[in-house]
Amino acid sequence: MRLRKATRIRLVLIAGMVLALEAACRTGLIRPFTMIPPSEMFVSLLRLFQSPEVLSDIGQTLRAVALSLSGALVVGFLIGALLYAFPRARRIADPLLGTYYSVPVFVFYPLLIVLFGLNSIPKTVIGFLYAFVAMIINTLNGLDRVPPVFWKTAKVQQLGRLATAVHLVLPCAGPYLFTGAKLAVMYSFIGVIGSEFILSSGGLGYRISFSYNNFQSDVMYGLILFVLLVVICINMGLYAWERSLMERRGGR
Amino acid sequence: MKASAARDPSGLERAVDVAALIFLLLVAWQLMHQVAGDVAMTTPLQTLRYTAELLASADFWPHFVTTGRAFLGALLIATVGGSIAGMLLGFHRLAGEVAEPMLVALYSIPKVVLYPIILLIFGLGLTSEIAFGALHGIVPVMMFTMNAVRNIKPVLVKTARVLGLSASTLMRTVLLPAAFPEIFTGLRIGFSVTLLGTVMSEMFGSKRGLGFLLMNALGVNNVELIMSLALLLIAFAAVANSVLMAIERRISRVR
Repeated sequence: MRLRKATRIRLVLIAGMVLALEAACRTGLIRPFTMIPPSEMFVSLLRLFQSPEVLSDIGQTLRAVALSLSGALVVGFLIGALLYAFPRARRIADPLLGTYYSVPVFVFYPLLIVLFGLNSIPKTVIGFLYAFVAMIINTLNGLDRVPPVFWKTAKVQQLGRLATAVHLVLPCAGPYLFTGAKLAVMYSFIGVIGSEFILSSGGLGYRISFSYNNFQSDVMYGLILFVLLVVICINMGLYAWERSLMERRGGR
Repeated sequence: MKASAARDPSGLERAVDVAALIFLLLVAWQLMHQVAGDVAMTTPLQTLRYTAELLASADFWPHFVTTGRAFLGALLIATVGGSIAGMLLGFHRLAGEVAEPMLVALYSIPKVVLYPIILLIFGLGLTSEIAFGALHGIVPVMMFTMNAVRNIKPVLVKTARVLGLSASTLMRTVLLPAAFPEIFTGLRIGFSVTLLGTVMSEMFGSKRGLGFLLMNALGVNNVELIMSLALLLIAFAAVANSVLMAIERRISRVR
């Protein structure tokens, strides 16, 4: 019952923080120029859906995320499987995989704009670059967890490649592939929205930086709230799903 | 990530692998240049030459110092604040359970959307850059420290109590050494993420610093400068990370 208690406290804590923020904004402790009360953020969020501009921005961002994510999942899995099949290549790639996420990927963004122009390609590529290595690492992680005896059994039973993949490899590696996919979702959102925010011609990140530059506090806070809610909900859903997958497999 | 091979490759083997990797990356870069052409990117050799010129020019260093200052400030807050908060959350189990999902959520959101709020609070300038960098770095440091403290074996604490160690001796001789390797991993990741946050904050609405220089180079279409700055930042991040990883390997082996 300990967990229940922690959840309860957390909800009370979050509610308390929102109320404190509301009070601080209403009493003028926080100037309206700096932050609008949470209740107004929420109202502004609802109003956003009536604006065709914002709807098109949402569509643009989601399209870019979907594209970079699906690319990252496919390419990341394929490279992961190839590196697993060729240990020599894997040893060479290992330092790259280990250092990859220490590099600020956004430094490639200006270069990509020079290459592709100021359209939706550079931000999609950044989302992809951010996400696909997480998929490689977790594909390798998952394939490493397939016990060697399984490969041997498959050979003895004369299973075809496809049957081996479906009946032996996927059940073993599945949860790890899922972890990779979960990270890829998170990273492609960060990559796409971050790029849009820095410099772009459309999308949610662009709309936030645009409303910041034009002192449209209410629009800006509505959009920020929207992005946070969407990303947190997606992540929480994936997190819960991941937990149930891990548990079904007999815990970590 | 974990070393893949069952046996640990020797130092020489590792050096050969890294050399092969760098060679392959350079070949890939050269090939990309063949496809993209001079307008879009420079070759490795051209980039190195321009980087040397850049490092010799006086205009570069004020930007370097600005970024360095913002990064160090952010890093200080992220590492000190993060490890203290992480330890408290680690020792107080309930507080840790309350905070953990919130930290995970904070880690997974695109923090860039919070940057306007930071700008409105602190104004455009160094303070905002430090705050944004620290916001990036503090979360992983907290999470790793919290887990490190939680993973300390209870038998260690019990033994210390039986031996009658005082609280400060317990901390210094038992708890810190036991948790340190994992805390260090958090510090390493915090280092990278703080750098990312600092550079990103400079890329948006800043007047100085390497991030600004990068966006400015894009504005005036100076491909050489873009490539050189990207190379410098990537090389710095990669080398720093490799050094920290080597230290990490050493301290976890000692344990």
